Amino acid sequence: MATTRRTEVNDGPVNEPDFYQVSKGIKSWLTTLDHKRIGLMYLFAIMGSLIIGGVFALLVRTELFFPGKTIVDQNTYNKFFTLHGAVMVFLVIIPGIPAALGNIIMPIQLGAPDVAFPKLNLMSFYFWVAGALLLVGAVPFGGLDTGWTLYTPYSLKSETPVLVATSGVFLLGFSSIFTGVNFLVTIHKFRPQGMGWFQMPLNIWAIYATAIMQVLATPVLGITVLLLSVERFAHIGIFDPTLGGDPVLFQHFFWFYSHPAVYIMIIPAMGVISEILSTFSRKPIFGYRFIAYSSVSLALLSFLVWGHHMFVSGQSRLANMVFSALTFSVGIPAAIKVFNWVATLYKGDIRLKTPMLYALGFLLIFTIGGLTGLFLGILSVDVHLHDTYFVVAHFHYVMMGSTLVAFLAAMHHWWPKFTGKMYGEAVARACSIGVFFGFNLTFLPQFVMGSRGMPRRYWDYDPMYTTFHQVSTIGAFVLGISMFISIVNLLVSFKTGRRAPRNPWGGSSLEWQAPTPPPLYNFENPPVLHEIYNYDDLVEVEEDRWERRAPIEVKATEAPGDAHAHAKPADPVPPPPADIADKAVARAEKAADEATSAVVKATEEVKAAETAAKAAEEAKAAEAPKAVEAPAEKADEKKEGDK
Amino acid sequence: MSQRRSRSPLVPVIVIAVTAALTSLFLIKSFGMPNAQAQPSPAPRMELEPVPAGSGAGSAAPTANTDQGSAQVAAPAAGSGSSAAPAAGSAAPAAGSAAPAAGSAAPAAEAMPWYDVLANKPVDEAGNFWFPKAVNKIADESDMMFYVVLALSAFFFFAIAGIVIYFTIKYRHRPGHKSEPSPTHHDSLEITWTIIPTIIVVFLFYYGWRGYIHVVTPPQKAVEVQVQAWRWAWNFTHSNGVEDSDLHVPVDTPVRLVMTSRDVLHAFYAPVMRTKQDIIPRRYTYVWFQATKPGTYRLTCAEYCGKDHSQMGIRPDGRRTVIVVHEPGGYEKYLQDKAAASGGPPEKIGKMVYETKGCSGCHTIDGSARVGPSFKGSWGKTIQLVEGPQKFDENYVRESLATPTAKGRAGYNRTMPSFEGQLSEKQIEGVIAFLKSLGDGQ
Repeated sequence: MATTRRTEVNDGPVNEPDFYQVSKGIKSWLTTLDHKRIGLMYLFAIMGSLIIGGVFALLVRTELFFPGKTIVDQNTYNKFFTLHGAVMVFLVIIPGIPAALGNIIMPIQLGAPDVAFPKLNLMSFYFWVAGALLLVGAVPFGGLDTGWTLYTPYSLKSETPVLVATSGVFLLGFSSIFTGVNFLVTIHKFRPQGMGWFQMPLNIWAIYATAIMQVLATPVLGITVLLLSVERFAHIGIFDPTLGGDPVLFQHFFWFYSHPAVYIMIIPAMGVISEILSTFSRKPIFGYRFIAYSSVSLALLSFLVWGHHMFVSGQSRLANMVFSALTFSVGIPAAIKVFNWVATLYKGDIRLKTPMLYALGFLLIFTIGGLTGLFLGILSVDVHLHDTYFVVAHFHYVMMGSTLVAFLAAMHHWWPKFTGKMYGEAVARACSIGVFFGFNLTFLPQFVMGSRGMPRRYWDYDPMYTTFHQVSTIGAFVLGISMFISIVNLLVSFKTGRRAPRNPWGGSSLEWQAPTPPPLYNFENPPVLHEIYNYDDLVEVEEDRWERRAPIEVKATEAPGDAHAHAKPADPVPPPPADIADKAVARAEKAADEATSAVVKATEEVKAAETAAKAAEEAKAAEAPKAVEAPAEKADEKKEGDK
Repeated sequence: MSQRRSRSPLVPVIVIAVTAALTSLFLIKSFGMPNAQAQPSPAPRMELEPVPAGSGAGSAAPTANTDQGSAQVAAPAAGSGSSAAPAAGSAAPAAGSAAPAAGSAAPAAEAMPWYDVLANKPVDEAGNFWFPKAVNKIADESDMMFYVVLALSAFFFFAIAGIVIYFTIKYRHRPGHKSEPSPTHHDSLEITWTIIPTIIVVFLFYYGWRGYIHVVTPPQKAVEVQVQAWRWAWNFTHSNGVEDSDLHVPVDTPVRLVMTSRDVLHAFYAPVMRTKQDIIPRRYTYVWFQATKPGTYRLTCAEYCGKDHSQMGIRPDGRRTVIVVHEPGGYEKYLQDKAAASGGPPEKIGKMVYETKGCSGCHTIDGSARVGPSFKGSWGKTIQLVEGPQKFDENYVRESLATPTAKGRAGYNRTMPSFEGQLSEKQIEGVIAFLKSLGDGQ
């Protein structure tokens, strides 16, 4: 192993134990209010669910290896795909990035000691656990067979334990809402001074957009399953046509939540990818503002397009027309993101570490997922493709191929930070390639099956599709095994991994300044705010260890710990005075010559923030006012100056 | 540094874009040319004259499930021996040659009416890489849209993938390579790649919507067929009251289906017609098409409806529900012959009900259990219900047709829909006579 030649650097906290050591025992974990521990518990619960959902997926694919019966009968198969869908959607990809990785990383990335409401955070986790137990608990009660969409009137007539499952979904919805509220408040109130909205990492923008949707859309899911339960229980006619209800109304309710839910899944993935692509290309993210705005516009547009799931449901033609038009508008921010990501690679120094391999895979998979969405948005084509394998392949490209690949990318990106261990890079890279090829092998044939007319949720199929199904099943096993090994590889690093340095990838955001693993309140010394996505000062001192070349040393104004206590959540990390000075320097250096020298001189002398800010004001006044907001333009000017 | 910076990325990007365009065109050309492939089923078109039924029965075997051999095909027919005389006069001569030609173990294969011979033909699956060949007059428009978007998608995918791979190789980390400064944003570039997709999607939306209007707007004059769907069967009722479990339609004539469901959601989906519509209980939904080529085509349910969703309308012999598009004049003859075949002795009427009302989707008459119990040898027996023992007699049959969920056979789900008001008195008597003819338990 190459590990021996590297120096083992202890980048953990110096004066206090890290968050694993701060208290011991099962009880200290179960009652913890620490966002990292809650996030870790989420993470392990979600990985467990991922394995359950994955096993159901492989069972589904195995059954489809031959037409007719391969291993199970129709009823069992229907339960398999229902549980695969329900577990993967409600338990894995909706909370996957926001609740698990968002919980662990987002507060550190903000430079905050914790989320705004730690107790709500813990409650959100326990609601998730209760919901998950009910949802998976439907299995011993006979399993659910309604499909994860719970369409009425089938779900009203099904003899499987629908009520148990809907109670689970109801609780999971609350868990999601709690997380959303918590993150919204945290992002609004816990940003350190000097971090304006447009100095936030894009991951936080994405989580912010996600939280908006969680808070606004999830209540509708709660109402829907509540109405469904009431109708099943008390036979009040809401969705059941024999009682005077309207089964299509259920679809409206359901997709009013579940379409934004797709964006709850994909937008955090986009945030993660923005971070990783920039970090591993050593380039500032291209078009920061466009990516940030596109996250929020996707979030808002996602509320207006639910009807495109219902083009052949009996919905009116006018509604179909409007929803088709609105659906295409979603394609535009998505396209903007892809183009900006590609442009970020330009003239970079691309390091193909595991997170970057996953991110590049994401880029290709998401492109296919997005482009195939065009087919389905076109009304006349959707009439043919709706409810076929084309749709199955399309949403797996977005939800599985993009979101889960981004989830794996994020795991590999931040794993060293929150566990303090480096994973085996070679195995991880091999798995990332296996995931990419396995995934495409699984789902590319499904597009062709779909356009040839293979309906979804079919236990038996026409023999003409056999070859496609078999290729797809083989791909699914490649994918499943690769993902399983990559998770095992991560878990093994707990025992055998080399100690991770503070900043293994040379990231510029605040979490890489925290000790590895972080202490209870994340930072021993208040973090220093640098220009986001600027990698100029970061140098690789040895492989997988980066340091700032000329960090501006800052004395902590006060000891951390007490100041960060949960009791005083309104008192985030006090911004160090030099923090603003630093920003001013960064900006001023890029300003016009005479102003620059003055500001630099001033900064060297200045101790207090006010003076520096004033100097920055002078610099602003001396130069174009735009310069301060968009330092990148300076680069343009410089470039032109060179010419 | 300045040398590197001055080199424009435009040249390789253009090269990649051109390559992507050519690749996508090649893909469309080789995989997606409409009607490019020869039809793999050169079997002679089914004429009005019945061809020897042997070809029908023989070719039905491949479509049958492997676990349901062709021997079973004959079983139901043999069970109802009294209806051996087919009323469809023109089909009668062919009947004699049918049994020996079938070549199977079937000892007394009943002559199949000519229209059922058509329905038993293997479905026409001709097509290219992407699609079964469209036989709906208005399908070309949506197929064209599919190919246009396919070309666009292939172009953008190969362009993006090409640039990503090119950048990844060109700017990969290696000793001595460093990232170079470049703009971190570029407003005119952003605006360009916002506007281009916008223009594209506006066009896609417009043409998609226009095509859709054609897909959902039937001409004034159309042949109407009433469609009922339930778990797990289809029933098609034609203008003269003729009922069938296969959809028979005329060629080159607009056909409008008026559809409703009796239990949960279903969806009418005929891939060759490129048309699909959910079927909703207690509400009518519509679909229309104008078939351009006679033949036998696949018809499936596309909205999940439970256990036998994937086999909706399957016959005891494993054959699925199909659309039969008749030659000119064939549809009218079908209506006549089928109507003539609907009369007759009560057992025959009962058998018609059994076959056309979807009973056969769940209840076999050969003793094997499907979704529901088999009818064979049930008559007069005392059967075990969840509610207690019950004699299988006339009253039980009548009650089970009207309120099937009132009593449940042990070990079966109560999913059968009610036939209250669906059957005439004569038909109910027919069902009873038919069940009697299947033998009693003593």
